[in-house]
Amino acid sequence: MTRFAHFWRKSVDGRAAILYLLPSVILFSVFVFYPMFRTIYLSFFLTDQTGNAAIMVGFENFMYLLGSSEFQNSMKATGLFVLYTVPITIILALFFALLANEKLKGIGFFRTMYSSTMGISVAASSVIWLFMFNPSIGMFNRLLSVFDFPQIQWLLDPEWALISVAISTIWMNLGFSFLILLGGLQNIDEHLYESSRIDGAGYFYRLRRITLPMLSPTLFFIITISLINAFQTFGQIDILTKGGPSQSTNLIVYSIYREAFINYQFGTASAQAVILFIIILIVTILQFKLGERRVHYQ
Amino acid sequence: MKRVELIDVSKSYDKQVDVISNINVTIEPGEFFVLVGPSGCGKSTMLRMIAGLEEITGGTLKIGEKVANNLSPNKRDLSMVFQNYALYPHLTVQQNITFGLDVKRMKKDEQHKKAKEVAEMLGLTDYLDRKPRELSGGQRQRVALARAIVSETPICLMDEPLSNLDAKLRAHMRSEIRRIQKSLGITMIYVTHDQVEAMTMGDRIMILHEGKIQQIGKPIDIYNYPANPFVATFIGSPPMNLAKAEFHETDKQLIIGSEFKLNVPAEEIGKLPRTSMTIGVRPENLYPTTPETKEEDTFHVEVTNVEILGNETIFSFKLGKEEWMAKWGGQWHIDIGDSLPVHMEFESLSIFDEQSGELIKKTIDYGKYVSNKEVPS
Repeated sequence: MTRFAHFWRKSVDGRAAILYLLPSVILFSVFVFYPMFRTIYLSFFLTDQTGNAAIMVGFENFMYLLGSSEFQNSMKATGLFVLYTVPITIILALFFALLANEKLKGIGFFRTMYSSTMGISVAASSVIWLFMFNPSIGMFNRLLSVFDFPQIQWLLDPEWALISVAISTIWMNLGFSFLILLGGLQNIDEHLYESSRIDGAGYFYRLRRITLPMLSPTLFFIITISLINAFQTFGQIDILTKGGPSQSTNLIVYSIYREAFINYQFGTASAQAVILFIIILIVTILQFKLGERRVHYQ
Repeated sequence: MKRVELIDVSKSYDKQVDVISNINVTIEPGEFFVLVGPSGCGKSTMLRMIAGLEEITGGTLKIGEKVANNLSPNKRDLSMVFQNYALYPHLTVQQNITFGLDVKRMKKDEQHKKAKEVAEMLGLTDYLDRKPRELSGGQRQRVALARAIVSETPICLMDEPLSNLDAKLRAHMRSEIRRIQKSLGITMIYVTHDQVEAMTMGDRIMILHEGKIQQIGKPIDIYNYPANPFVATFIGSPPMNLAKAEFHETDKQLIIGSEFKLNVPAEEIGKLPRTSMTIGVRPENLYPTTPETKEEDTFHVEVTNVEILGNETIFSFKLGKEEWMAKWGGQWHIDIGDSLPVHMEFESLSIFDEQSGELIKKTIDYGKYVSNKEVPS
């Protein structure tokens, strides 16, 4: 009894700490940890229609996926989509941020405009883009016809569909990247530029030797976030193309969704989710290993 | 070694109110010129206008013989040290020093050679490969200095470069900057709010207040003969004691703060204004009484505060509404509340016009000479 009392008294800080952690531990458990472990668990099973584990199949789900041409196609589309969207979004956002960082009259208007896409939901903006991509009444084809270019079946042509979705995604993500980069730019000490102006450094010299190195932590952050986001794209696919035409925009998260909630194959869907998790993990680790050397933290 | 000339220079941000007005000054080649004033007086703005970082809205700025109003900063042939040093955090000390040379496309070997020379001069040789964050405040300051020196410009501007250092290091860097400036012969324009820096470093100093020149001159002349009450209280520590005074004709006495009465020598009477005036006396010119002190030059004051600084004792007392301070050499055992006799002399008074603040009467010259080096007349 005395030993228990002793332990009880000594652990008072620990008990208080657990009490403070409890709310987030509960929330994380319910919404993150449990689904995560459940997904890993399910990926080793075949399931019935309600999603309960039925037959344990070990790694067979994974073997099946790796051999399936549909999954390979989905992986390829996802890879291409990441390649299309991430670099362009970041370069464009950097360009706009550099523009909007100049001290000009009314620059606040442009800052608001450039970051405004952050305030529009994926669903709403996808619907807008759906109209613009429309082959007969859409803005893009009208424009093409004005200049006598051949018409493009934006979302219906397997060659163009992924590019079209990428274009709308770049537009949607631009606001967030812009805002983060602008914040990074404004954090750079003005005196550095003044000092370099006295030395006679031109705009591009300053950009190369001051702005980009000083912005590197922000760039690193936004590249990481954008990569993860691009791998997880779902909303615009669902609204714009539903994975078509002929699977050309069936990105991996959409494929997971279809597998689970349309085909009721929770086992293979979970296996895909696990593979996606591993891919994102590897890409992020690689990025940290390779990128961090080039990042200058203050 | 270039002259910098400001002719009627003014600056306004909203085209209505001038934050700086009517600046007329010529800074001679090789001169150490200090701009000093309380915060917000426009001294940094003035420096930035000379550097070309701030637009000049009125008047003419000449650098060398050229009008420089619209020259870009790099065409003005100057270097600048910023208050926060503005070191590039991602570059090494070496790269920081050679940044300006690299901009000018100097060959790499030559850059290294120059950086090495300057680093040696400032004792930075061991730190060339470090990043600024790995340096102490004093070392960063030296890097900023090195960057200015390596550019070999004839003019160097410094904006409160020592204000982020501790007191001891600051005293050391004062003499170091002064030494470097003398040995290189550069024209230095130095902004500070610290009157000690101004007094000890400047060949000439300019006191700014609310965007207007208060006085320009040699530090010692400004100390001895402040042009107005503002300068009198700004330069000197503790500041000059000021009080309102009136001349009483019949008694031939000056009534100071309606309390002290001081006899005025007959030959000085004509120089005094008949209306009221502001008189000033430096704390070191309030003496302890000696047996020879005349009774009428002695005042009795009640001590309100005492500071003993080892080799000198400063005490304060009330005179009318003003608080005055006296500085006596040596250690004096004085307690708060003591009544002390204080000796004051008419010749040590500075007298300012009540309205314009102009200096009407100067103190006598208290400067001493070492006897065997006395300047022949």
